[in-house]
Amino acid sequence: MRARAARRSGVWLWLAPTLLAAALFFGVAVGETRIPLATVIDVLAVQTGLSQRVLDPIDASVIWHYRLSRAVVAACGGASLALSGLILQALLRNPLAEPYLLGISAGASTGAVLIAVAGLGGGLVGMSAGAFAGALSAFALVAGLAHVAGGGAGPRQAAVIILAGIAGSQMFNALTALIIAQSASAEQARGIMFWLLGNLSGVRWPDSWLAVPVAVLGLAVTLWHIRTLDAFAFGAEAAAALGIDLRRAQAVLIATAALVTAVMVSIAGAIGFVGLVVPHAMRFLVGTRHGRLVPATALAGAVFLVLSDVVSRIVIPGQVLPIGVITALIGAPGFALVMIRGRRR
Amino acid sequence: MTPLLEVVAASRMAQGRAIVSDISLRLQPGEMLGLVGPNGSGKSTLLGMMAGLIRPCRGQVRLKGLPMQALRRRRIAQLLALVAQSAETAERITVRQAVELGRIPRLGPLRPWRARDHEAVAAALKAVDMAHLAGRDWSSLSGGERQRAHIARALAQAPRILLLDEPTNHLDIHHQIAILDLIAGLSVTTVVALHDMHHALRCDRVLVMRAGRCAALGPPAQVLTPGLIRDIFAVKAEIIPHPRTGRPVFDFERLC
Repeated sequence: MRARAARRSGVWLWLAPTLLAAALFFGVAVGETRIPLATVIDVLAVQTGLSQRVLDPIDASVIWHYRLSRAVVAACGGASLALSGLILQALLRNPLAEPYLLGISAGASTGAVLIAVAGLGGGLVGMSAGAFAGALSAFALVAGLAHVAGGGAGPRQAAVIILAGIAGSQMFNALTALIIAQSASAEQARGIMFWLLGNLSGVRWPDSWLAVPVAVLGLAVTLWHIRTLDAFAFGAEAAAALGIDLRRAQAVLIATAALVTAVMVSIAGAIGFVGLVVPHAMRFLVGTRHGRLVPATALAGAVFLVLSDVVSRIVIPGQVLPIGVITALIGAPGFALVMIRGRRR
Repeated sequence: MTPLLEVVAASRMAQGRAIVSDISLRLQPGEMLGLVGPNGSGKSTLLGMMAGLIRPCRGQVRLKGLPMQALRRRRIAQLLALVAQSAETAERITVRQAVELGRIPRLGPLRPWRARDHEAVAAALKAVDMAHLAGRDWSSLSGGERQRAHIARALAQAPRILLLDEPTNHLDIHHQIAILDLIAGLSVTTVVALHDMHHALRCDRVLVMRAGRCAALGPPAQVLTPGLIRDIFAVKAEIIPHPRTGRPVFDFERLC
């Protein structure tokens, strides 16, 4: 049995990168303007130094600077948001926990907008730092509110956290609106509103220089803690009895979830439901043990967001929808499904 | 010789009320110590302090001579396992996966699962007679089976000390006796909170608690006298030797 399990994980070692590469290629090949597949392959070959062919500079630019950078950032963002949801679900023992629903994304938006509008430090790193501070404040607020509202254990407590998340989201969204109304110019305001919906349109290569390392760091930290996440199966006290240093584990993991969410929000705005749908789908496929669940969730999150981005570009011809619209259209029914299944238990 | 676990004048307050006051005891190697007392007398809190999960407000709990605060959680979990009351999960895990959690204190990011861990889990499942249920979903288990699986998880930790908080709670009489036989047959030092006097008789020593204090500590036959039971539980107790085995049997009548 063990040998079979080992063989199966061996299969995943080459299958996972293949799936990811296939999704990225799909993201590059499909778009609002039709570019022949041969041209796409040529561009990729020239850019990676495998070919010396002379290319149409517009095609080359669309494929390399616009589509590929966007697909790479989408993959990083999908993996980050899915892992963030997985961490929150395990630590809070709440199947509905997710950065968007808990108001962490809203807090990150407020932080990022504050930096962008106030012009403090500017740039992507500055905005990410602001988003990180906003995300942590939002989590502290929501966790504090849920704690004060109490509600014992089980389904009621799960509901209290989600309600606190709604309150937190509303408050931070209102703060964001206030900041925009107070200090942004009309043009700034329009850009920000579009970005807030979750949007990958403005993504270029410099964004990936932040997105890739942060996503890799988030995955590494989560992989390092797979047994810690497992230990929470029977609650925090049981985890402590199994030798988990609760304060340290919670601080590191929550900070990781907040960081990856914050960076993603500062690049592409608040994209909802990825952290909800992907971990649940993967639990269904690979089970609840985090040794398999963490890599599967990261991979599926990456593939899911790249494909959602493709859909957002082609579903209405000639118009690009914000990616948050697509993930919400898939995610909201997923949310309902998790809720109904939770009731049956 | 340093005792494995020692409670030194430990007290715990919550909201201005003493939950446990001034309890001292030393565990003897290999013994089965029973904690007996009315609801709210502080048994669970004392067990929590012995497990290092609750910090005493005054006094100390020492594990191998070292105060609990000085030890890393992981080290504590390698020496000591706790079976808490009603630990539940909504996750879809199998019995084997639940028992495998017990190996966490001995695993790490750089210390992967080995054959030894697999053997410990198999042995623990066998000890509680659950090997044939290893593949079952947790949600499909009965109360008694869950309790046995929790004990198996604790045994998989390979602890020197096993703490159990009312392990026979909510079980039918058959499973109560089965769990007790199981605990009494273990070679590790155990501390077990109990409600049933007949179960307490099977312990090597009994600590009787009242309002957070130690009312008596000693072998059950000496401690569980009609007078003490009357004081602690407000019931009139009569102890009758069983006509065939001679084992003491309790008869209770409520005092108004």
